[in-house]
Amino acid sequence: MLVLSGIAVVVIGFALRINPLLVVTLAGLVTGLAAGLDPPAVVALLGKAFVDNRFIAIAWLVLPVIGVLERGGIRERARALILRFKGATAGRVLTFYFLARQLASTMGLTSLGGHVQMVRPLIAPMAEAAAARVAPLDNQTRDTIRANAAAVDNIALFFGEDVFIAIGSILLIRGFLAQFRIDAAPMSLAVWAIPTAVLAFVVHAARLWLLDRRMARRRA
Amino acid sequence: MIGLEPLNTLAGLMFAAFAASHAADRNNRWRWRSAVFWGCFALLLLAGTWLPHLASGALVLVMVFVSTIGLKPGADTTTSQAQREASAGRLRDRLFLPALTIPVVTLLGTIFLPKFSWGGAPLVDAKQVTLVSLAVGAAIALLFALRLTRVHLPVAAKEGRRLVDAIGWAAVLPQMLAALGAIFAAAGMGKVVAGLVTTYMPMNLPLVAVVVYTTGMALFTIIMGNAFAAFPVMTAGIGLPLIVGRFGGDPVIMSALGMLSGFCGTLLTPMAANFNIVPAAVLELPDRHAVIKVQAPTAFVLLIANTALMAAFVFHR
Repeated sequence: MLVLSGIAVVVIGFALRINPLLVVTLAGLVTGLAAGLDPPAVVALLGKAFVDNRFIAIAWLVLPVIGVLERGGIRERARALILRFKGATAGRVLTFYFLARQLASTMGLTSLGGHVQMVRPLIAPMAEAAAARVAPLDNQTRDTIRANAAAVDNIALFFGEDVFIAIGSILLIRGFLAQFRIDAAPMSLAVWAIPTAVLAFVVHAARLWLLDRRMARRRA
Repeated sequence: MIGLEPLNTLAGLMFAAFAASHAADRNNRWRWRSAVFWGCFALLLLAGTWLPHLASGALVLVMVFVSTIGLKPGADTTTSQAQREASAGRLRDRLFLPALTIPVVTLLGTIFLPKFSWGGAPLVDAKQVTLVSLAVGAAIALLFALRLTRVHLPVAAKEGRRLVDAIGWAAVLPQMLAALGAIFAAAGMGKVVAGLVTTYMPMNLPLVAVVVYTTGMALFTIIMGNAFAAFPVMTAGIGLPLIVGRFGGDPVIMSALGMLSGFCGTLLTPMAANFNIVPAAVLELPDRHAVIKVQAPTAFVLLIANTALMAAFVFHR
């Protein structure tokens, strides 16, 4: 039971909005101590676990190219591009991106997207420009649009990728069930992800439509 | 065979360049904070393989200390709004090509790299093909972007530093959370939680078992930050013995919808930092929970839908 103290540290730390890096580190140290390790062993365990997960840092290799493109005006160009579409609104831009991201994910193309590569340089500026056509954006509206752009990237990915038969989660389920001598065909697992995928699009598209209406009313 | 090591080195060199750029920033009184933070991170990436674990742990603690007192990066210089407008007008849609190069090369790499071999062994470690392809895509896209905008490599380091300064400590959080997950697993956290759930829940009805399983998947994912960590625990603890064993449910339908219920939890938790906290930093939002707040209504609707779908279909064979 004592090992649960790490979870308590996380919950309290996040609730009090303490620097998450500090909270997570403390949770790791507390959990290690609660499991009966001495302090140097806990620090070593933390070091090993951090080093073992270095592969996560590799995704940051896209930072320089995105930085250079921003310097060259990619966000400004994305704004200009969307203004060519007369009917574009923030909600419609994001709904279109949702659909594209989700369909690509159902075909296993999960790398077509991402917050650093796509949302920051392209999708968020497009949605902001579409909304700014009606009236200039205040900071709060701009942040709402940006948060929505990030959310679309996540939701479309999560509820698209499971329709693809060779994605990590399907392979994990298959491998796990195989330990219990249950043979789950990837196809039958993927089929059962379709209803939720369709619903995710319907629910979120409706919410984006409401977002457009809410922004229009607030600025009317 | 190309595995993760060269990629770790490449990422390490990039962060070392950011650290050096901070160290040289004489106008900033607090330049050593950012220099130490990114320098320690670079060292862990470059030398983590052969550093003693205790030394790695100490470096991590130094990073946490510096980020807690505040990184306070110096001002980042880039082009002005007018310069960017002019550049965008000149380069037009060609600006999008390097950005699209990243996913295209990543995709082609994941398809074709496994087919190459070098001296009898595969050229690229099969398990790391996606990451290798992403790194290659980022490198090609960078060369393309430098040529297109007619600037040199030091500018790329400067612009990369500008982005990483905007993101700050959040850039390291996903890795720290993965480390916490490993510590949780080493301490036997999963078994304790599964024991708690199964001991205190009255599960004599199939419907109750379904509700406990789907919400348990979401809740455990919220705690762990990862549905993949929750799935084996909840499925071995509740799903298989009760829904399948006692009530005769279909394990395939249960697992598919159970995993999706976990994904609803992922949308709700700061512990899934790379999806929820990092983008808030990347988009420079003042509220670090802004993305989670937007996702919450959709996540709750989909969790209820997954539960209803499971209740309706899992027991019909």
